[in-house]
Amino acid sequence: MIKLLVKYTKDGWWAAILGPIFTIIEVFFDAYIPLVMADIIDVGIYELGGDIEYITKKGIYMVAMALIAALCGALSGLLSSISSTKFVKNIRNAMYHKIQTYDFANIEKFPVSTIVMRLTTDMRMMRLAYVQIVRMAMRAPVNLALSAYNAYKLNSTISFVFAIILPILGLILYLITMISHPRFRNMMLKFDALDEKLDENINGIRVVKTFVREDYENEDFDKSSVAVLKAQRHAENIVILNRPAFELAMYICMIAVAWIGGKAIIGGTMPTGDFMAYLSYVKAILFSLLMLSNVVMQVVMAQASIDRANEVLEEEPSITDENANPDLEVEQGSIEFKNVSFKYSKDAENKVLEDINLKINPGEVVGILGPTGAGKTSLVQLIPRLYDIDSGEILIGGHDIKEYKLEKLRDAIAMVLQKNTLFSGSVRENMKWGNPDASDEEIIEACKDAQAHEFITAHKNGYDRELGQGGTNVSGGQKQRLCIARALLRKPKIIILDDSTSAVDTDTDHRIQLAFKEKLSGMTTIIIAQRVASVKEANRIVIMEDGKIADIGSHDELMERNEVYRDLYTTQMEGAE
Amino acid sequence: MANTNYRQLRTSRANDVWGTTKRTFSYINIHYKWRFVLAIIFTLLSSLAGVLSSYLFTPILNDCIVPYIGVSNPDLSNLIKMLILLAIIYIIGIVSSYAFNKLISIISTGMLHDMRTDLFRIMEKLPLSFFDGRTHGEVMNYYTNDIDTIRPMIAQAFPTLVQTITNIVGCFALMLTLNIKLTGVVFAMLIVIFIVTFVLAKGSRRTFAGLQREVSNINGYAQEMFAGQKVIKVFNHEDEAIEGFEKIADRLYIYSVKSNAYASMLMPINASLSYATYALVAVIGGTMCVNGVLRIGDLASFLLFTRQFAGPISNISQQFNGIMMSLAGAERVFNVMDMDPELDEGKAELIKNGTGSWSWKKANGELIPLKGDIRFNDLSFGYNKNKLILKNISLYAKPGQKIAFVGSTGAGKTTITSLINRFYDIEDCNGNITYDGIPIKEIKKDDLRRSVGVVLQDTNLFSGTIMDNIRYGRLDATDEECIAAAKRCNASSFIERLPHGYQTMLSANGANLSQGQRQLLNIARCAVADPPVMVLDEATSSIDTHTEKLIEKGMDELMNGRTTFVIAHRLSTVRNANAIIVLEHGEIVERGDHEELLKQKGRYYQLYTGKAELD
Repeated sequence: MIKLLVKYTKDGWWAAILGPIFTIIEVFFDAYIPLVMADIIDVGIYELGGDIEYITKKGIYMVAMALIAALCGALSGLLSSISSTKFVKNIRNAMYHKIQTYDFANIEKFPVSTIVMRLTTDMRMMRLAYVQIVRMAMRAPVNLALSAYNAYKLNSTISFVFAIILPILGLILYLITMISHPRFRNMMLKFDALDEKLDENINGIRVVKTFVREDYENEDFDKSSVAVLKAQRHAENIVILNRPAFELAMYICMIAVAWIGGKAIIGGTMPTGDFMAYLSYVKAILFSLLMLSNVVMQVVMAQASIDRANEVLEEEPSITDENANPDLEVEQGSIEFKNVSFKYSKDAENKVLEDINLKINPGEVVGILGPTGAGKTSLVQLIPRLYDIDSGEILIGGHDIKEYKLEKLRDAIAMVLQKNTLFSGSVRENMKWGNPDASDEEIIEACKDAQAHEFITAHKNGYDRELGQGGTNVSGGQKQRLCIARALLRKPKIIILDDSTSAVDTDTDHRIQLAFKEKLSGMTTIIIAQRVASVKEANRIVIMEDGKIADIGSHDELMERNEVYRDLYTTQMEGAE
Repeated sequence: MANTNYRQLRTSRANDVWGTTKRTFSYINIHYKWRFVLAIIFTLLSSLAGVLSSYLFTPILNDCIVPYIGVSNPDLSNLIKMLILLAIIYIIGIVSSYAFNKLISIISTGMLHDMRTDLFRIMEKLPLSFFDGRTHGEVMNYYTNDIDTIRPMIAQAFPTLVQTITNIVGCFALMLTLNIKLTGVVFAMLIVIFIVTFVLAKGSRRTFAGLQREVSNINGYAQEMFAGQKVIKVFNHEDEAIEGFEKIADRLYIYSVKSNAYASMLMPINASLSYATYALVAVIGGTMCVNGVLRIGDLASFLLFTRQFAGPISNISQQFNGIMMSLAGAERVFNVMDMDPELDEGKAELIKNGTGSWSWKKANGELIPLKGDIRFNDLSFGYNKNKLILKNISLYAKPGQKIAFVGSTGAGKTTITSLINRFYDIEDCNGNITYDGIPIKEIKKDDLRRSVGVVLQDTNLFSGTIMDNIRYGRLDATDEECIAAAKRCNASSFIERLPHGYQTMLSANGANLSQGQRQLLNIARCAVADPPVMVLDEATSSIDTHTEKLIEKGMDELMNGRTTFVIAHRLSTVRNANAIIVLEHGEIVERGDHEELLKQKGRYYQLYTGKAELD
């Protein structure tokens, strides 16, 4: 926590330092007040035999001190809220920055719901802890020290009581902390599981309703919710011991002080005013300790959140471009795979791709066909380094892709993902993802090529039509066409379409293919498709099977020599002739 | 894009404060009524113990200590008695504060659990339009934010309120017995503290609406952007994503500083004001002692009392903001709970006959055997009344027939199939759909859906094993039946190649499978359910044609004896349908079997030859 605290308070350091200084001043005055009060009673009433002037003078001191303390307190409160929110803002931004560096493998590790939770709920927990630390961690020890010092000065013999109680209290606090921390962490995990369950349910609500599984889902949700409930109670069971432990200590001290102090007053070794001030210090000491323990508890509770934030911050993308040549640009769109092998994780047994050798010339159109799970998507995702290969080499424009800065590499390659997403905002705004500087004419042109212009303009708001999150208010086929238009706007050297017209009807698909054939002549094009018709016009067609290239050739060549291709073609074309 | 509001503006205050409060507390009533009463008793006891123990110092000082000052052989038995009494009060205080904390932890976590599961139960019964009209994050927010904000109200705010009131009332009652004038001084200061508190709290409250809105915004933004993180990567859009995020983060920062500043200034100010009170009491009380109007022990008690209730007052004001937020959250949750569930006025039930076959049992007791005969009678439908998606659709699927829908994207194919199992409801006047001759509105919704299997294009799998996911179709299916279903639609070949076979755990929505593999599982899930009517909505769109050919036999077998509605872009998959219905703009433009339609040389012919022209 402290490490994070220092690291992410940077631009709020002045507030972080000034705040506690004001706190110390405030506490100093607060702690001094009972001493003055003791003077009023012992000196003003007893010694001077009721000197009203003395009493009034001291009283004015006290009120003045209280007012200064109030001012300092207000200032420190203001400053602590500035530094705490700054801290949270910084760490939240740092997390978001980090997330942006993630590669695909990192992204797949975190479900969306947990990322959102880490950026919001966990941050709230951390802010609470921070405020406590800034506000209390300064106030409490200073208050404690001053009160203890003053108490000791008033009467040193009674103070041994604290020497016994405090270590015991420390031990209890330590135990509570150690036991509750893992329990809180477990609680957060249960919350994550609950959120994930919810997430799935909301996403799949149509499936739930189709199979009439509401009762089953209810039961399942109950289980997750009960798990949260149990974990919460389990963790809190320990924390609620904190307060009774402190009250016990405080009360033992009060009784001990009353007994020893009472005898001392009777014996004439302690003035009554001192006794009353002493009681006030006992309360102050134990109250500061309680505050301190609350801080510790708050930090313990936040620790689970801190760990989760750290998981995000410490997750390192394996794909980096540190060794890249910063000036190297992708000159032309040739692609060459040399003995490329790939699997998704080091522990995976099966290679997804094995010994791929493929050379694609600039401007060439290459189609990829193959059964589900053959490795088509994996193959193309290697080109913009969405994953790194295990062995072999991939060259683009004659250079190993690792020599390019990631940004330059990906700028030169437009990819339409199989599972693509639009973002909330208008159609135009979504198009500008492809190219922020695109003019309206360029956007319209790209949409015409992708056969999207017609349905966009059919809507009364046209290009200003708002798309819901993920593009929920357009149909699957329309979404795919918008995604293609967005990719076209990048004017890349290489364009990759990963099964991007599967939801588009054949008629429209055909028109898109025609537009591609004319417009994309300068770009290297890779098209993964299910339909032979979508790749038939390609210069070459790659047939993949089980992670290997089974055959490469033009349509005519394949028709002649490849049985699988011929089969595929005839099945799809059957009856068409 | 960063300026878009991802959620409707969330109001920070409940509209019906009293009603919402009552309803929130009614949740305690369900399981925790007596424990809650006990908790209140314990918190009262613990604050009373606090007040009483402070009060005890007056007699201790006045009666047990001061009279013996200077006495050579003092009688300490009174002091001991008083200290024992004090110890007893302290023990009562400790026990009740522990008991209170324990009870409130149980009550508040339990009550939240009740609310959560209640909300979920109700949500599961809400019509699809509820989900269509809200973003994913918005629905999640009901659980992750709104319900969680209710907790502080029960666990902290309410008890603090009770404690503070007891404390203040108790302190004042005891002070009044000691000295009326001095009590007046304390009371005057108390009013000052109250005024300061409420001025600051009001300032803080003003910023809450903005704060809540920005929290929502950052939530929605993070949610949407991370869901599309892969697209961001592919488009090199990281910087823009960061820029958008930081813009919201900056606004959030400003609102949080403002709303926090008031709260964090309040506590130290109140603490110091209580010291000022302390000083005033010391001076005035001291003077009174000099004049002999006040005993020194009484002054000691007064001094302790003034410290006693200063803390809780600043607490109360902080809780007040919390309460307002809790109520706003609770109201949002209750609003969802009050929404109308899916209409289900149907009486006809599905019952199993002695022979193992199924029948509809109508409200009048009439039995109709389940066959799977679906008819659309002059049906018109629109998601909103002004815009019809479907116009005058009439069609007739005899039991066991395969009906295919063909048409452009957006022509209304999916809408038709969504009406069969009543995902959306048709207005009375706009025609109807019958199932085995019974209007579907007269059939119990659950039974209707059990008799219609739907395989959607968007695959949704659930975390769990592959076996669990297949079994989702029919919960009492045996392992063998699940495997047989997987075999039938050729999913078994890829499943068996996985390291753990059918026991392979699927991560979130089966991210570790390819889209085509997910679709195969989807089909297997429906096959296990074994419904008499099936809807396949682009169920094989991501399955390559080679694999599709492999599963064709299985699919034919699956469709055999079932009424099946098929939507597919690939015309090869619909060719053998009994009837092909060509839709355009919500209207049926052509119908007939493959041969007939080709002869008609209409739209279907164009589509078909459009493909042929590519040769």
